[in-house]
Amino acid sequence: MAIRRAPSKAQVRREQMLAAVNYPLDWLEERSGLVGGVRYFLFRKVPSDTNWMQTLGSATLTAFIVQALTGVILAMYYKPSPHDAYASIQNITDHVTMGWLVRGMHKWGASVFIILLFLHMGRVFLFGAYKYPRELNWIVGVLLLVLGLTEGFTGYLLPWDQTAYWASVVGINLNGTAPFLGPWLAQFLRGGQEISGDTLSRFYSLHMLIIPGGIIALITLHLYLVIRLGVTSPPWSKEAAGREVVEEPAPVRTGLTRPAPHGGGRD
Amino acid sequence: MQEEHGPAPTIWPLGFAVGIAVALVGLIVDPQWVASAGAIIAIVFGYLWARDATSEMRRQAPVVQAEVREMTPAEAAAIPPAAEGEAAMARPEPGERFPRSRFLEASTLGLGGLIGGVITVPVAGFALLPSFLDQKSYRVDMGPVSAFPLGKWFIATFMVDPKEGETSRRTAFVRNNGFVAQGSKQVPSFTVISNRCAHLGCPVQANGPTGAILGEKNEIEHTKNGEILLRPVLPAGFGCPCHGGQYDTEGNRTAGPPVRALDRYQFDIVNGHLVLLSTYSVSHVVGTGAQAKIYKYKLAGPGEHVDGPEQWFYPLNPPHHY
Repeated sequence: MAIRRAPSKAQVRREQMLAAVNYPLDWLEERSGLVGGVRYFLFRKVPSDTNWMQTLGSATLTAFIVQALTGVILAMYYKPSPHDAYASIQNITDHVTMGWLVRGMHKWGASVFIILLFLHMGRVFLFGAYKYPRELNWIVGVLLLVLGLTEGFTGYLLPWDQTAYWASVVGINLNGTAPFLGPWLAQFLRGGQEISGDTLSRFYSLHMLIIPGGIIALITLHLYLVIRLGVTSPPWSKEAAGREVVEEPAPVRTGLTRPAPHGGGRD
Repeated sequence: MQEEHGPAPTIWPLGFAVGIAVALVGLIVDPQWVASAGAIIAIVFGYLWARDATSEMRRQAPVVQAEVREMTPAEAAAIPPAAEGEAAMARPEPGERFPRSRFLEASTLGLGGLIGGVITVPVAGFALLPSFLDQKSYRVDMGPVSAFPLGKWFIATFMVDPKEGETSRRTAFVRNNGFVAQGSKQVPSFTVISNRCAHLGCPVQANGPTGAILGEKNEIEHTKNGEILLRPVLPAGFGCPCHGGQYDTEGNRTAGPPVRALDRYQFDIVNGHLVLLSTYSVSHVVGTGAQAKIYKYKLAGPGEHVDGPEQWFYPLNPPHHY
């Protein structure tokens, strides 16, 4: 008969700690199922031969989150009116504590976001990850690319300097040359026949409310489809796609230390 | 052996592609004949392709005989007699809908749609209305006509709406052409060219000496519209710094990507002052100065063709009086 020893002080403390951590998690899980959902998301199965290239999507998401956070902070200091816009940008850069850093992150991060979008798209294309059943996710991704480029276009005007102004004039008029709907599209962007203060506030609204909202909604759908359909194996994968991997017993090493169980091996 | 999923290969997509290619090449070499020939090829082959691809879908559905089964006497006897109350009611079929649930569904969707519409329509109208507005009308007092000596060009810079500030600043090239006979009267003639490039809207510059090189001073007129800056210039033409569009002194395109001549300002003479009004688009100008015949159109955005077959891609903009 085994002797039951009283638990040591350290063991008791560990158990108390575990209970204290688990209690709120259990509370949450019982009422929402969120813990199980997060666990499902984090510990879902992926092909064993996934590649570093397949982290480009997460990198793009991270770049977007950086843009969203720095953008929210910039919006606290930026004033979207033709009289104040340029001065407020100068204020952010020169006077607000670390303003230069946040603006710099937003400015350079914008290029990083677009570059990562294209690299991610290239990876998906080269891996053939757009094929059945993931066509819809490719389409959602293309919409995200378009929205990302639109973010770049609308954000470019906001510093309201000469480069921003004339680049946007050319960009808007470029939209206007599109056949049939172009003239109306250009007027929608301009907020009238001519560029004015309305154009700036319009671009500001598009840049920080409408398009980011669309991007967040589409990213949610994008991730839902990734989780639902699973991660693609690389094209060089030896495992057939969509095949459940049957667990085979590990090959038993025969040798001096352990005899082969089925009588084989080098006798 | 792999199962065949797609339709059998056909020649239609090939013909369609050829048609598109011919149409695109035709847009460059001969928009009227080659492009329309390509379009016709593409439409014919596209139609045949679509007909071919959907032939399976349009095939008549096979007729399937309904399944019939005779009831045995034992089964007939097992049917319970009609009772009163609930037992007399037919059992709902799986998935059967009742009038009340159908009504509730319809009213939920209907009311939801109505509320959504009541909210969306005004909001969308508010956001989209500017797409359909015409240009605002301005009256810009440029100062007395005497400030513009006969035949001299000026680069005039002014605000069309001083309340709106710098965003309303515009530049025009102004030349006094003297008087021209209109009926029995002699009316003043001005050439007032907008500096908005007809390619993509960059600010067009005058190609020629100004200011000190020309040996003349800038003038500032103080009018109801604030300060009007007049810089004398001797232009050989006008040029755009962005993409190299070039125009002659009447605003006709001479080189580069612009699709028409430079826009012009309508003007009026009020109490001896030159007053600029709205702008209008110009396809081209024949002749010069007071004798110029201007082919006018309603104001169109930069890059929009107002004449030729390309105008069909843009809202209809018939020419008005010359």
